[in-house]
Amino acid sequence: MVTTKGIVTGVNGNMVTVKVDGVVSLNEVAYIHNGEKRLKAEVIRIRGDIVQTQVFEITKGIKVGMDVSFTGEMLAVELGPGLLSKIYDGLQNPLPEVAAKTGYFLEPGVYLDALPRTVTWDWTPIAKPGDTVTRGDYLGSVPEAGFVHKIMVPFTLYGTYTVKSVKEPGAYTVDTQIAVLVDAQGNEVPVTMFFEWPVKRAIDCYTERLKPTEPLITKSRIIDTFFPVAKGGTFCIPGPFGAGKTVLQQTTSRYADVDIVIVAACGERAGEVVETLVEFPELIDPRTGRSLMERTIIVCNTSSMPVAAREASVYTAVTMAEYYRQMGYDVLLLADSTSRWAQAMREMSGRLEEIPGEEAFPAYLESVIANFYERAGLVRLKDGKKGSVTIGGTVSPAGGNFEEPVTQATLKVVGCFLGLSRERSDARKYPAIHPLESWSKYRGVLPTEHVAWAHRFLERSAEVSQMMKVVGEEGTSLEDFVLYLKGELLDAVYLQQNSFDPVDAAVKPERQHFMFRLMVKILGGNQTFSDKEDARGWFNKLRQMILDMNSQEWKSDQFNETSAAVEAYIQERTKNMSAHGTKILEAMERA
Amino acid sequence: MKKVYSKIESIVGNVITVKAQDVAYGELAQVKTRFGVSLAEVIRLDNENVSMQVFAGGRGISTGDEVQFLGHPMQVSFSENLKGRIFNGAGIPRDNGPELHENLITIGGPSVNPSKRIIPREMIRTGIPMIDLFNTLVKSQKLPIFSISGEPYNQLLARIAMQAEVDLIILGGMGLKYDDYLIFKETLEQGGALQKTVMFVHTAADPVVECLMVPDISLAVAERFALQNLNVLVLLTDMTNFSDALKEIAITQEQVPSNRGYPGDLYSQLAARYEKAVDFSDSGSITILAVTTMPGDDVTHPVPDNTGYITEGQFYLKGGRIEPFGSLSRLKQQVNGKTRADHRAVMDGMIKLFAAYRDTLEKKAMGFQMSAWDQKLLKYGELFEKEMMDLSVNIPLEAALDKGWEILASCFEPQETGLQTKLIEQFWPKKVS
Repeated sequence: MVTTKGIVTGVNGNMVTVKVDGVVSLNEVAYIHNGEKRLKAEVIRIRGDIVQTQVFEITKGIKVGMDVSFTGEMLAVELGPGLLSKIYDGLQNPLPEVAAKTGYFLEPGVYLDALPRTVTWDWTPIAKPGDTVTRGDYLGSVPEAGFVHKIMVPFTLYGTYTVKSVKEPGAYTVDTQIAVLVDAQGNEVPVTMFFEWPVKRAIDCYTERLKPTEPLITKSRIIDTFFPVAKGGTFCIPGPFGAGKTVLQQTTSRYADVDIVIVAACGERAGEVVETLVEFPELIDPRTGRSLMERTIIVCNTSSMPVAAREASVYTAVTMAEYYRQMGYDVLLLADSTSRWAQAMREMSGRLEEIPGEEAFPAYLESVIANFYERAGLVRLKDGKKGSVTIGGTVSPAGGNFEEPVTQATLKVVGCFLGLSRERSDARKYPAIHPLESWSKYRGVLPTEHVAWAHRFLERSAEVSQMMKVVGEEGTSLEDFVLYLKGELLDAVYLQQNSFDPVDAAVKPERQHFMFRLMVKILGGNQTFSDKEDARGWFNKLRQMILDMNSQEWKSDQFNETSAAVEAYIQERTKNMSAHGTKILEAMERA
Repeated sequence: MKKVYSKIESIVGNVITVKAQDVAYGELAQVKTRFGVSLAEVIRLDNENVSMQVFAGGRGISTGDEVQFLGHPMQVSFSENLKGRIFNGAGIPRDNGPELHENLITIGGPSVNPSKRIIPREMIRTGIPMIDLFNTLVKSQKLPIFSISGEPYNQLLARIAMQAEVDLIILGGMGLKYDDYLIFKETLEQGGALQKTVMFVHTAADPVVECLMVPDISLAVAERFALQNLNVLVLLTDMTNFSDALKEIAITQEQVPSNRGYPGDLYSQLAARYEKAVDFSDSGSITILAVTTMPGDDVTHPVPDNTGYITEGQFYLKGGRIEPFGSLSRLKQQVNGKTRADHRAVMDGMIKLFAAYRDTLEKKAMGFQMSAWDQKLLKYGELFEKEMMDLSVNIPLEAALDKGWEILASCFEPQETGLQTKLIEQFWPKKVS
């Protein structure tokens, strides 16, 4: 095959213009030859024989007239055993290995194998000679960090193949030929344990997409109960700086009840990634008993790394997520922050001199964001099993104002919106998810109508609170005042959660059920109070008791003691239950 | 000898274009004008058209002036001789000392590999209680000082420069008023700290392109010193001027503005500088303190807003004091558990009481009656403002903690403070009758 060549004719920031002598395709990878160095670039616009590329490196030193070679391939990642616990940059360069080679600094033009070629994997075949296979079918498996890693027919092999031979069980490296397939024309296709797939194409080797129904447990009460996320669903976390986006992402990546977590640190602080890098190997995943790092992949293209690679990083991450989904796993992708990714697009769009949309973002911003989130999903695989990719992205709106293009474009396509507010984080109410602005279209750990009933208390409490600001406490009726206190209590002991407390940081659904029932008893109960002071005093004490309980080990003696005391304390004041409250309690008993 | 080009095709603002071959992106050129020689940096290549921004500005450049490419990007000399010297944004001495040419290093180098970074672990003592005690500065941290114009932020920076326990200070001044430049110089001279200081100063009167060079040149030098096992503190003032210079260049370059005229890559530009803050695991470190003036005290203005997303907290300077609310050191938790047993408790306790004091002030202003508790809070708040918040207070952390207990004891009964009994027993000052 004749590869296309070109020469550089212009440089503007990270955009390099090239005059080519042959065939090029959009999004094809090219290398700019700067002396010894090869700088990776991607074709983003073609006009006649003039091609514009975005370079994934610093462009300093590039001259007009330098040679460019085109690969004929789109930007792709390696998929195979060995991805877990790796730390990659946006182009799937393993960062620790790069550091071993170049030291402290990221020198341009250094590209290493994403998958180590020296590690061996214990291969067990599944397919037999004579089997008919298509892309995505399982040929065999290897164990990887407690998971069964299926070795599949490369997704790039369209058509039907017959298995000619399969390697006998044994320990092999990823580049060992483990099977030979024969296509319809009789051509032999050797297959190894890994293959490449272009990152900007969604992996589509499944029979059907299903509606996400099962909740993805994050062990955060406000999320699981009030604004749940579903396996295979999407959610977004917009918030101003300092509102706790990253902490929320970190706790989610730690406690989420999924098989594999992929963290895409996209254009954010390097220091935050370091915390994950240092802490995860020390933490134990309760599901597998292994370190959390072993179920995690980190794609890290921090704010000072080249912008074009930042744009690629979210695609790199989602492609690896889809790959593990194909084995029947539940994968959670956390992208922090999608605004930085959108800004990378904006920078490029500006250099291309495209007509700008709102706030200079490109006009295609919405469709690109929609396309990305649409790569999440619950699917039925060819063997009937299910796998899912859940995508959660943080958004960093300018000035904390949600009326900006990235937040709005994201809200159109996600199933759950967890809006963080400065007001709540200033008041140290964490997680600072605003209970009146956030929403979710998914089902959580509790029936939606029960949650909606509890949510009404938050709304009415906020109304009373607003009113009190005008008329003062004196002008508020006792009845309204109690309503206000109920909302405040629900907020303090249920919505807020102390992520630094070892017990309160992660609350299982069972405990959420228990807590919710307790809340129903308080919210739905009619208590007797002589005056506002009396009510305030009673609620303050109750809040303290429940907060103590929150940090006590589930079902420990101490916990049982406190919870009994809380029940008695409530019982003592409660005249009767409201009809709706009773109904919910009965329904919860039955369930 | 490098070829000399004597025909300038176009001059737009500070950007000139010549037709030339074999020029690299980011390369430096010399432009000879009748006002002297200026450097220029290549910012765009389009076939044989080479556009560059002239450091000294476009004013007075004639189409017949000579341009000569130097064959290397912007560089700065790096050696021990830098210490005690003052340069402008182009790296030319402004202190009448000799020009330095040995051991040239390129500025704006690649970023640090995230996998080589470590979790910050050491505090930097400044002698300012509002920092040391309440929002501890940590080695390798990047922190802006948010402030409105007119606040004494440069005095604060100069004081930190004098007192901070670091090996070397690099001051990058951008759009500095000449008076402020002299204040820095005098303060450091008088304090005898000039010998451990390198200054790169762009004053408001200097050409705007040089302003853009200041952070890069400062940080490139800082990086080299840090790799020689020095703990370097980089002070940048004021990053809003830097951003405005970016804006100016972008607009003359006909780039599409994104938000209030700022270019779309403002975040990346700021991050590329701030992210140079680092703690090398087996060598020195870079800590960055930068002033960001907020036009109209508006934290949602693009410059403070983008900065807030990048940095690890902020100091909020208001009314000549570091505000306890709004100020935040995101890294303080990494170090304030290791200083003294009462550090965190005093920090939280005093701030909670101060918040209560602010509420009381509000009540007082609205004409409500003051209870005995309110009176106590009022006394406490005044003492706190005078003995802790005032920027002239200059005491080490331990003395500040002791002072904290003293203030508490002079205003409250132990149980009113909400502090742990164990700590009260240990630290509560014994009554001297």
